[in-house]
This record gives sequence, C-alpha cells and structure tokens, in this order.
Amino acid sequence: MTILTRRSLVTVGAGGLLLSGCDKLSYNPRMVSVLESAEGATERWQRLIGRDALAREFTEADISPVFRANGSQSVDTDDYLAHSESDFADWRLKVDGLVARPLSLSLAQLRAAPQRTQITRHDCVEGWSAIGKWTGPQLGAILKAAGVLPSARYVMFLCADNYGGEAAKGGDQSGGLYYESIDMVDAYHPQTIMAHTMNGETLSVPHGAPLRLRVERQLGYKHAKYVMGIRLVDSFKGFGAGKGGYWPDRGYEWFAGI
Amino acid sequence: MTEAVTITEALAPPRRPLFYRHALLTRLTHWTNVLALFVLLTSGLQIFNAHPGLYWGEYGADADTGRRWLEIGAVPGADGALAGKTRIGPLMFDTTGVLGVSNNKDGVSTAIGFPHWMTLPSVRDLATGRRWHFFFAWVMILNGLTYLLGGIVSGHLRKNVVPGLAELRPSNIAHDIVSHAKLQFPKGEDAKRYHILQKLAYSGVIVLLILMVLTGLTMSPSNDAAWHWLSEMFGGRQSARSIHFIAAWSIVAFVIVHVLMVVLAGPINQIRSMITGRFDLGHAA
Repeated sequence: MTILTRRSLVTVGAGGLLLSGCDKLSYNPRMVSVLESAEGATERWQRLIGRDALAREFTEADISPVFRANGSQSVDTDDYLAHSESDFADWRLKVDGLVARPLSLSLAQLRAAPQRTQITRHDCVEGWSAIGKWTGPQLGAILKAAGVLPSARYVMFLCADNYGGEAAKGGDQSGGLYYESIDMVDAYHPQTIMAHTMNGETLSVPHGAPLRLRVERQLGYKHAKYVMGIRLVDSFKGFGAGKGGYWPDRGYEWFAGI
Repeated sequence: MTEAVTITEALAPPRRPLFYRHALLTRLTHWTNVLALFVLLTSGLQIFNAHPGLYWGEYGADADTGRRWLEIGAVPGADGALAGKTRIGPLMFDTTGVLGVSNNKDGVSTAIGFPHWMTLPSVRDLATGRRWHFFFAWVMILNGLTYLLGGIVSGHLRKNVVPGLAELRPSNIAHDIVSHAKLQFPKGEDAKRYHILQKLAYSGVIVLLILMVLTGLTMSPSNDAAWHWLSEMFGGRQSARSIHFIAAWSIVAFVIVHVLMVVLAGPINQIRSMITGRFDLGHAA
C-alpha cells in the first residue's frame, strides 16, 4: 500500500514537473520564436500550392440556419451609435495612407460600385464553421480607385470596436481598438470584398455593420468588422503592439490561413 | 514453457550475440515521432477546448445541434455546483472531474473540456496551443515523410511492415491472436520478423497518421482553397475535424497497447533495441 501510494505520488509529481516544464517552455521568448518560425513555413507552403486559389463557394441550400456572431457584438461609442441610428447615411469609409488619391466613400457609393456575391464558409479559430452569403465591392476595385503607391505592402483595416480581451482567458487582457491587416496578394484576391450585405440583408450590427472585410482564405478573426478606415502602409509600426492585428498582438498568427 | 526475462537476466551481459533489429533511420524517426505526437495531442486538446463540440458535415456551430454528435459541457447541478456532462450521440454521461468540469491548477472547480493536466499549455491559451501544434505538425510531417521515403527505398516497409497476402489468412491471424493472448512472444529465429498482428498494428498506425495530416490540412482555410478535393473527400470541414479527433484517440489507443506489449515482452530488451538497434532474440522455443 505504502509503496503504491509513494509510486503514484512520484508519478503525479513527474507528470506535474513535465507539465510545468512545458508551461515554462511555452512562454520562453526564445522557444516562442522557434515555434513561430512554422508560421512562415505555412504561409510559403500555402502560397506555393494556391497563391491565386479560390475559396470554395457553396449554394443557397448550404447556408447555415444560424450564423454565429462572435467577438464584438456591438459598438458603444457615441459616434458609432449616432451613425447606426441614422442607418449610416452620413457615414464614410476613409481610404488613405500610401495612396495617390485618398477616398471618402459613402455606403451608397459602395453599393453602386460593381458587386460580388459569394457563399462561403467562415472558419473560426475556435474550431466552428458557418456558411453565409456575402455581397460587396471587391477590395481590389477600391484600391485601384485610390491608386496604391508602389511602396505599400499591407492593407490595414481600422475598426470602431474596442474588444475587451479573450473571453476564454477571462477577458482580462488590455482592450484596444480592433484592427487587422492583409498583404497585397490577399488584397487583390477576387474573393476579398468589403461586405455590406449578408444573406441578402443589410449587414446587422452583431456582424459588423455597416461594413466588414471578407478575406475568404483566412480564419474568422481576419474578417474585420465595423471597418471605418482602410489605410495602405509599408509596416505595422504604430498600430497596436505592432504585429499587424488585434489578435496577432495577442499571440495569434498574422497569417491565419491555418 | 516460455522463459520470462527477469531484470537481472536482462541487465547481465547477454550470452547470445544481439540481433540488429532497427535501422538508425527507424530509431531516429520513432523517437522524433514520440515527441511530436506528445506535443500534438496535448496542444490539440488545448485547441479542442476552445470549442468542445464536434459536428458532421461542412459547417457546425453552437446552434447546429442536429449536426453535433459530441459535446463536452458544464451545467449547474441541483446543488448549484457545476457538473461536467459529455454527450456522444444520444448517450449522456456525467463526467464531472475529468470532462466538462475539473479542478484547475489551483484546485478550483472550472468549466473546461479536457482537464488542464492534459493540455499544453496547462492554462487556457488557444494561441499558444496553436503555436505548438503547427510547429510540431511540420515536425511530424517531415519526420513521417523521411520514414516513409527511407522505408520504401530500403524495402523496410514492404519486407517488415506491410502484411503480405499469405499472412492475412484467417488461420494465421487466429494463431497470432492466440499467441498474444497466451503472452507467448516469438523467440530465436522466429523473433527476427514481425508477425501479422504487429504488422497490422504498425501499418494501421501509419494510415492513422496520414489521416491526421490530411484531415488537419482540410481544416486550414488556405489549404482548403487550394485543395478542395480534401474536404470533399472527408464530407466537409466539420466532418474532417471529427475524423481528426477520432483518429487522434485511435492513435492514443494504439500507443497504450503498444507500450503494454513492450512491457509484457520484456521492456529493457525492447526499448534497448529501439535505442541501439540491438535485440536479444532469446532462446528458440
């Protein structure tokens, strides 16, 4: 009995040591940079096998009965609430940064431009998926209208929502305005659109009214909601913690093709 | 009667010359795979905990109850304390303490899918779990390709691992099952080769590992854009996620039986042969 107990104690102790060792490694900066090196390999691999590949498109019959809204479900700033009350009539999408012609586009202008409608699957980093129908102008067309300068490397999406932190971790991380960014390959991808319509209806507030990004070959958190501005940049410096997005600043991959 | 190999016997200098059983490539890839699978399983459970439900089909989220075949959750019990509930199809189990509700590192009862001691890291941290998972996915893939390529070139797979047609005769399989049940392990000349159950187990786990990689790739949205055929083959992304989960636990089941057989067949001799390559064949029956 005594031996058994001691043995089981040793086993539990060894397991605990192994775990705490793994935890220490998990947050060792050198280990983190080693593990993060896989992200570059993944991005190069996925660009190699399908740089211009189209995400699968589905039929009306495949659409999820309920499309789960995740992350910020609303924005409580006075400015946003005022726009929301007036159905975003005076709202403007600002396009600036490294462009020849900064733009200020109304929702009516965005709706009047050539539109793309696509039924695609939205994959959340948590593991769930939902299929929805999205309509909006292609980002590439907006960028062409603005005249992107050759020095631009990324398209930055500046959002209205301030998400408090990751719910699974108690939401206790620092808050901050949501933002995201993509490279020029994804920016000019035909399925990259600024959606104002979802499942045939005006985009609702929980899903990011008045405008959200659809970048179909990446995970859900890249699909910035409540987009107020599009800025062309040559680096992530000066935005959040400098990792190119709200979730990348909190340890998630910037290239979220996986 | 077979002779049980005692520890003293195994530790004593062998009286017989040792048989060179495992090539260097097999040994290196075996232990690399052990490390990779340990990290992939524990970080995989961390990722699973972010949404502890599984579905069949292309899509699936909280509201899609009809498509959900597995869920691990927490519900308030009669006494107000949380109770862990696991549902597999129509079957509901109370799994308080292990699944759904378990004590965290500080001994506080917490709503969580798999318990903290099974996950990497041991706190809830999806981003870090994913970082481990995708690094070691590359390790596992490159390691597996090295093994398979080496095994094809050297003939190891064909000669030692893939069962021959003649070996698949029911009488041969039945005979090997009886030997295993009696814990009669091959000795002497007969121990130089794998018998049918071992061949089936090893080729089966190779198939499972390939299945893990393919279903894993299916879940990646960029990979899915390039290779539509993968998710179509598995019946959709959520089906692929379900198969990924089932295959992972099938590999765990393999590892349990594998380690048990190593222990029963003489752990020192077995483990030595996977480190140095040298195996004591024992006295021929």
